[in-house]
Amino acid sequence: MPRSQAIALALLVAFIAAAPFLLFPVYVMKVLCFALYACAFNLLLGYAGLLSFGHAAYFGMGSYLSAHAAKVWGFTPELAIVTGGLTATALGAAFGYLAIRRQGIYFAMITLALAQMVYFFCVQAPFTGGEDGIQAVPRGALLGVLDLTPDFTLYWVVAAVFLAGFLFLYRIVHSPFGQVLKAIRDNEPRAISLGYRSDDYKLLAFVLSAAIAGIAGGTKAIVFQIATLTDVNWPMSGEAVLMTLLGGIGTLFGPVVGALIIVTLQAELAQFGAWVTVIQGVIFVACVLAFRRGVVGELQQAIRRPL
Amino acid sequence: MGGDFVLETEGLTKEFRGFVAVKDVALSVRRGSVHAIIGPNGAGKTTCFNLLTKFLQPTRGVIRYEGRDITALKPAEVARLGVVRSFQISAVFPHLTVLENVRVALQRARGGSYDFWRSESLLSRYEDRARALLADVGLDRYENVPAGLLPYGRKRALEIATTLALEPKLMLLDEPTAGMTHEDVDRVVDLIRRVRAGRTILLVEHNLKVVAGLSDTITVLTRGQVLAEGDYAAISANPEVKTAYLGTEEG
Repeated sequence: MPRSQAIALALLVAFIAAAPFLLFPVYVMKVLCFALYACAFNLLLGYAGLLSFGHAAYFGMGSYLSAHAAKVWGFTPELAIVTGGLTATALGAAFGYLAIRRQGIYFAMITLALAQMVYFFCVQAPFTGGEDGIQAVPRGALLGVLDLTPDFTLYWVVAAVFLAGFLFLYRIVHSPFGQVLKAIRDNEPRAISLGYRSDDYKLLAFVLSAAIAGIAGGTKAIVFQIATLTDVNWPMSGEAVLMTLLGGIGTLFGPVVGALIIVTLQAELAQFGAWVTVIQGVIFVACVLAFRRGVVGELQQAIRRPL
Repeated sequence: MGGDFVLETEGLTKEFRGFVAVKDVALSVRRGSVHAIIGPNGAGKTTCFNLLTKFLQPTRGVIRYEGRDITALKPAEVARLGVVRSFQISAVFPHLTVLENVRVALQRARGGSYDFWRSESLLSRYEDRARALLADVGLDRYENVPAGLLPYGRKRALEIATTLALEPKLMLLDEPTAGMTHEDVDRVVDLIRRVRAGRTILLVEHNLKVVAGLSDTITVLTRGQVLAEGDYAAISANPEVKTAYLGTEEG
């Protein structure tokens, strides 16, 4: 890891360690869940050059299955989150297999269409509770031992899940696989001409991204003790795009910063009601017009070091 | 394996919705030779090239490499057999550094590289070889520059270094000197001359000077068909070629 990124990581860890003493733990947990979700999305957009517009499916199904596993099957929270992650992995494998056959806008449209199918499935399926969602999900006890009901205790588990996911994504990007993936993003025909079967790499990236999005969704379900249609509806997919663009596509820390900004905005602007969306839209437009590289992207350009 | 010809085609045809871009092309590329395909614009050179590398699927015909029928293979599989192509537009990985561009090709030696859980630091063992290849094409001073920032001529040099990294048995170069300044053309021609030892090269080229100096065999394509074949002296004396290529009898 370059020095600039190591320093940024140290700052991030320090922030996560200090945050529950300074801010509401639930608020920070929300930021961490969405940050992990955005980072998973960024693996696809930033490093494979694939714009998925259906990541809500993986986040939402992760959320639903974790909630169902914890509430109905009585799973411990870590197993419930794993269940959500595995569900998203399987879904990602099936959808990815179909979607990676197309490029650009067609790829985005197929991922959106498939995600909408999942949404309508969730509206109808009995286990999701329809409009009510799955409510009163027990937080349970970690490994059956540590009671996670207090926010302060749960916080450290969520922080650990986030950091593990974040570092896992870093490893993926900086692995032999990640190197090939970036080559495919930069110039797919050339990568093929070097003998790389590009579809296989894109599919693997897609599955990994879906898996981590599912884990983020599952963790969210345990934190808020609820899984609803909001988790699986298309604006959730849009949020991943927004957070990643705002923070900086293809940067390590961009999606984290983007998630922090969006979650904070939503909390601070909640009093304006429906205007939140309008304000978000204006910020998005300003971002695209004024600083295309996103917050972290512009920053790394200014200091000429990767972040 | 063996035989005089590395690559052979029979009746190679490509139709695009009724338009025949390449028709009944029989090509035999002799082992160890530099074989050029020339022809006026729209003659089907690039289509032919894309058929040979399987980036396009032929409508009819057979392609044989080392005596093996490769007509049904996917482009990545053809590359794995040692048939490596370049592109007309300089094909580099713009956001990877110059060193990484070559390294990602050398990395093919370890197989598929699907290991997303390992550190990329294990790729450092390819860096000495990558540096040697870069030195070969005069890019050693640029190894940490993102490839997208290189000037055009140097991108082509990088592309050739990346291609060479795969130790191709058959190199297919699509207009290697297109859009280059005189200096760069000379450098690339020089480079091709140096790397041809031990391999076979098939190139599509517009620049007759390059073709004249480099190739052992020349195939002239017009309207998707082979018009003539032979060495430079024979081809340049052929009146039909003059008409087709220069559009005039005098040449």
